[in-house]
Amino acid sequence: MLSEMFYKLWNNNLIQLGVWETIYMTFISSAFAYIIGLPLGVILNITDKKGICPRPGVNSVLGLVVNFFRSIPFIILMVAMLPVAKLVVGTQLGNKAVIVMLIIAAAPYVARMCESSLNEVNAGVIEAAQSMGANNLEIIFKVLIPEAKPALITGASISIVTILGYSAMAATLGGTGLGQIAIIYGHQRSNDDITWICVFLTVIIVQIIQVIGSYIARKTDKRINH
Amino acid sequence: MIELKKLCKVYKTADKEIVALDNIDLCIEDGEIFGIIGLSGAGKSTLVRCINLLEMPTDGEVIIDGQSLTKLPRNELLKLRQQIGMIFQSFNLLEQRTVLKNVCFPLEIAGVNKREATERAHELLKLVGLDDRAQSYPSQLSGGQKQRVAIARALATQPKYLLCDEATSALDPNTTRQILDLLKEINEKLGVTIVVITHEMKVIDRICDSVAVIDASHIAEVGKVSQVFTNPKSKIARDLIVPKDSTAIDTEGGRRIRLTFDGYEKTNDPFISRMVLECGAAVNILFADTRIYDGVLHGHMVVELPKEQREANKIITWLVNNDVKWKEEI
Repeated sequence: MLSEMFYKLWNNNLIQLGVWETIYMTFISSAFAYIIGLPLGVILNITDKKGICPRPGVNSVLGLVVNFFRSIPFIILMVAMLPVAKLVVGTQLGNKAVIVMLIIAAAPYVARMCESSLNEVNAGVIEAAQSMGANNLEIIFKVLIPEAKPALITGASISIVTILGYSAMAATLGGTGLGQIAIIYGHQRSNDDITWICVFLTVIIVQIIQVIGSYIARKTDKRINH
Repeated sequence: MIELKKLCKVYKTADKEIVALDNIDLCIEDGEIFGIIGLSGAGKSTLVRCINLLEMPTDGEVIIDGQSLTKLPRNELLKLRQQIGMIFQSFNLLEQRTVLKNVCFPLEIAGVNKREATERAHELLKLVGLDDRAQSYPSQLSGGQKQRVAIARALATQPKYLLCDEATSALDPNTTRQILDLLKEINEKLGVTIVVITHEMKVIDRICDSVAVIDASHIAEVGKVSQVFTNPKSKIARDLIVPKDSTAIDTEGGRRIRLTFDGYEKTNDPFISRMVLECGAAVNILFADTRIYDGVLHGHMVVELPKEQREANKIITWLVNNDVKWKEEI
C-alpha cells in the first residue's frame, strides 16, 4: 500500500525526527514569542485609554507596529526577515534562522492574544485593587495576570497551534520537520501517502496541544464550581 | 473627618463637557454613618470615587483628617488609600483567589507578612460570619456572602473610613437588611466612619445618621436623617423620601389630608383611634409611613375625611387642638 519511500524514511527514523523537529521548533518559538508577546500584551492593555496607565501615544504606536507585522503573510515576512535572522543567529539557513523568523511572526500575534485575554478582566476588580492602594505593578502581577490566567492559557494553546502551522511553511526556506518531509518527499517526489501521513501526524499533534491546553485552562479556572 | 470643598468633576468628550459634580461642599464627621442618596446619573458614584481619588476631581479639594489629598504625591496617596476601605455593588472579588486570599490581598499590598495576614483574615471572616468558607472561591458564594467577604477585605487594613458604593443594590431585601445590620455593627464596634451611596431610601433610613441628597450634580439638601426625613426642603428630597401620592389609593370620597409627624413625642398614644372615638367620625387611612427615631415619631399619613362637612370639620378641629400638623392633599 505505502510507497517504498515511506519505508525508507521510516526505517531511517526520518519521519520520527520530523515529528520531533516540528514539536521542538514550535515550542522553542512559542516560548520566546511569549517572552516578547506577553509583556507587549500587558503594555497594550494598560496603556489603553481604559487601562490603568493610559498612554494613548504609546498605545497607538505599539498597536501600529503589531498590526504591521500581523498583516504581512508569514511566507513574505519570512523572506523579508532573512537579514534579521542573520543578525541574530549568524545564519540565514536552517532551523536556527527559522526559529528567529517564527518568533518575529508569532510575538505580535501573541501580544494581541494576551491583550484580549487581559481585557476580559473585570474593571471593577482592578478598581477594587486601586482602592486598596495597589500600585500599577501590583495590579499587573497580582490582579491582571492571575485573573486572566485561564483565558491566557486558552490563548496559548491557540497561539501554539498557529506557530506550528507557521513552522511547516518554514520548510520553504530550509526549515526541517513535518513540513519539509511533506514538501520534499511527498509533493516534489509525488508520494501522496507521505503527504497524507504528515497531515495526519500534524493533526494528532494539534489535537494533543488543544486537549492539554483546555484541560489546564479548566483546571486553573476557579470560577467554575468543582 | 472627610471634608469636600468646592468639588467639581467635569468629563470632556469630543464635542461637549459633561458636569458630573458641581461645587460640592460636604463634611462627614468621624464615627457617623453618612448617606448620599440620589437617582441614577445624579453623580453620587463619581462623588464617592472622588473621596479616595479613584476619580481625580477637576477642581476643589478633598481633605481627610486635615490632609489635602489632591496635592499628595502618588505613593503617599496609595498609602492613604489603605485607611479608606471600599465596597462595591458588584462585590469585585478576585475570582481566582479563595475567600481567605481575597481578604489577605489588601494586607499583601500593605506589606504585612503572610502569617499575620492569614491570622487577621480569619478574624475578619469570623466577624462577618464566614470563617467556615475561607477555602471557598467567590463563584461558590451567594451575593450576600460575596458582599460579606468584600466587607472583610475592605476592613483588613483597619481603615478609619469605609466607602460603600451601592453595596446592597444587587441584593434581595432580606440580604440587604443583613448587610446593613453588619455595617451598623462595624460602625458601632470598630468605630469606622461609613459613607453609604444609594438610591434607596430604606438604606438611609435603616442605618444612616446624616444624609445628603444629590440631584443633577448638586447637593440639594443635607442634614440629620430625622430632620431631612420629616421636613424635606428640596423637591428631589421630597420625591425620594415621601413616596408619591400614587401610593395612596384613589378614592372618590371626601377631602384628603396629609398628617406630618416630626417629633410627636407620645409614641404609645393610639391617636388615630382616639381621634375617631373622640370625634365620633371615621377616617379612611389611605397611606402611612411612620417610624420612630430616638423615641420620637416621624413620618406621614394620608387620611380621607368623612364626606359630611360637619364631621370633617370636627376632625380638623381635633387635629388643631392636639397639635398634629396637617395639610390639604391635592
